[in-house]
Amino acid sequence: MSNDAPLLRAEGLTRRYAMRRGLLGRSVEVRAVDGVSLTVERGRTLGLVGESGCGKSTTGRLVLGLEAPDDGHVAFDGSPMPPPGSEPWRRLRARMQMVFQDPLGALDRRLTIGTQVREPLDIHGLGDAGTRGEKVASLLSAVGLRPDQAARYPHELSGGQRQRAVLARALATDPALLVCDEPISALDVSIQAQVMNLLVELQERLGLGMLFISHDLRAVRQVSHRIAVMYLGRIVEEGEPDAVLQAPAHPYTQALVSAIPHPGRAGTRIVLQGDPPNPADRPTGCAFHPRCAAAVARCAVDSPSLKARDDGRLVACHVAHGEVDALKRAA
Amino acid sequence: MSTLVTMRGLTVAFNGQLALRGIDLAISKGEAVGLVGESGCGKSVTWLAALGLLPGKATIGGSVTIAGEELLGAPAAKLERVRGGRIGMIFQDPASSLNPVHRVGKQIAEALALHRGIAGAAARAEAKRLFDLVGIPDAERRLDAYPHEFSGGQNQRVMIAMALAGQPELLVADEPTTALDVTIQAQILELLQALRREFGMALVLISHDLGVVAETCERVCVMYAGRIVEEAPTSRLFAHTAHPYTRGLLGALPPITGPRRRLSAIPGGVPEPWAMPPGCAFAPRCGSRMAACDAGTPAHTELAPGHGAACLRAMAPEYAEAVPA
Repeated sequence: MSNDAPLLRAEGLTRRYAMRRGLLGRSVEVRAVDGVSLTVERGRTLGLVGESGCGKSTTGRLVLGLEAPDDGHVAFDGSPMPPPGSEPWRRLRARMQMVFQDPLGALDRRLTIGTQVREPLDIHGLGDAGTRGEKVASLLSAVGLRPDQAARYPHELSGGQRQRAVLARALATDPALLVCDEPISALDVSIQAQVMNLLVELQERLGLGMLFISHDLRAVRQVSHRIAVMYLGRIVEEGEPDAVLQAPAHPYTQALVSAIPHPGRAGTRIVLQGDPPNPADRPTGCAFHPRCAAAVARCAVDSPSLKARDDGRLVACHVAHGEVDALKRAA
Repeated sequence: MSTLVTMRGLTVAFNGQLALRGIDLAISKGEAVGLVGESGCGKSVTWLAALGLLPGKATIGGSVTIAGEELLGAPAAKLERVRGGRIGMIFQDPASSLNPVHRVGKQIAEALALHRGIAGAAARAEAKRLFDLVGIPDAERRLDAYPHEFSGGQNQRVMIAMALAGQPELLVADEPTTALDVTIQAQILELLQALRREFGMALVLISHDLGVVAETCERVCVMYAGRIVEEAPTSRLFAHTAHPYTRGLLGALPPITGPRRRLSAIPGGVPEPWAMPPGCAFAPRCGSRMAACDAGTPAHTELAPGHGAACLRAMAPEYAEAVPA
């Protein structure tokens, strides 16, 4: 096991589902995730942004082995991920945890917060009965809950406190990787800020690697060291957050950035036409071309691959790479 | 500009507990006003109460008038003419506001029959015109579709078309883009702006997102725990934020440029209706709290024309400085 290897390395992840159309229709193949490669470094956060149905949550489940990929592989700490469900995988799962969007749904309503935070310690056999109690108290205080709140039930806590409890439970096994799937979307603005601050603090203190999945570019910039933008199952752009937000290269990222509402906006907003396409009915060529203002004839036939530009930014777009003659841009 | 809707001391109580603690608000003709606040602050209840849409257990007090006519306690027949007629309303989740077992064209025709007395072929033609207006492609054919055949953004367009069927003077949009994707949110906001320009319709945009409201509205009211705590023209609100809660909301929004700092999150949470602080409801979470804050609810103070705040410290000079957006 080499420690030079990134904490998490996923390559060419693909997940296909079969979807039946209509009552008696034949089943269609839906590629929810289509060849996604990503890296999470120790102590760093990779932000994964995209709209609903782009496959960002499925990607999160694939890297944890909660779902088996149809293609591609995941390496954790330099060694390949054991088959999901196997004993070595179960042991490894203590080192990678997940936080979901809806904290009330992620908690058991019939158990106290303390019991639920303690559960992973019992399951993974960490510490003995005496130290487990102390560990629960220290976990609760680490996420900003009072020790007496261990005796509370989920419904007695506010949304922000519940998300803190979920975090405490995820941290119980001292994980090296945390996958957060829209961890703040269900919370109020002022509570979102509290949870984002907490995530950044915990990362600094514990050296966690994080995969932060969100549709909110502002939140992703706030917590991430690198961001990847997904569209219809593929990463279309990846780079440093500030660089991507200030000079987005992919036309889709440009539209996403310009759609961020903010007071006193200057310039005009790019309003994309149409809806995000159905993954079951994937456009030919570049999946974004029907909504893209910069699309040329080639975009409809030839799917662009994710390649590095001279400045290191990864982009999957013929136009951004200057591979097409600007004069040939079709109307 | 003449006033269209006026609310005076509007209160709502559920089981004896006040959810709305005195709202004073005036909407002028053709004006766009934003109502901002976190969940439970009463921003939606305000309009549900005004339009008589709250369940019977709610006790409503105060007064709401449209062009001088009182709406609270008005007979059902009169309220039905106002609801969907003079005041249209759209909600957060369009799919659950539409009837899933009826074709959307029929649902729009129903609104046209109720409010404008149009039926048959004329109603269908008018429904098609509304569909074109809200930007639903292939309108003639799509009128025969069911709500599940539309995407979330298109269902919201259908809802807007239905709200426009009554030719409202005021459209109340309650979190119209919250359930939608970012790029679709941009489309719906553009549409609302375009419709307002075209028809001179007033718009009340209820949202938790200061950014969305700032872009769409001329005036913003910030609500906290059942009261309006600050009210100002949009540009002024961001340049001269007076209430600590508004400053907290702005500070909690991650910036999109500049260095990444710890967000200035507001500590704690919104008080429960049965455990309201004795004085200013925001005092327990406020960094500028003084002893006087707990003595009583602060009155609304006029700081500049059109800009008021319910805060004892709103006049203090440190609040006069500009806050970076």
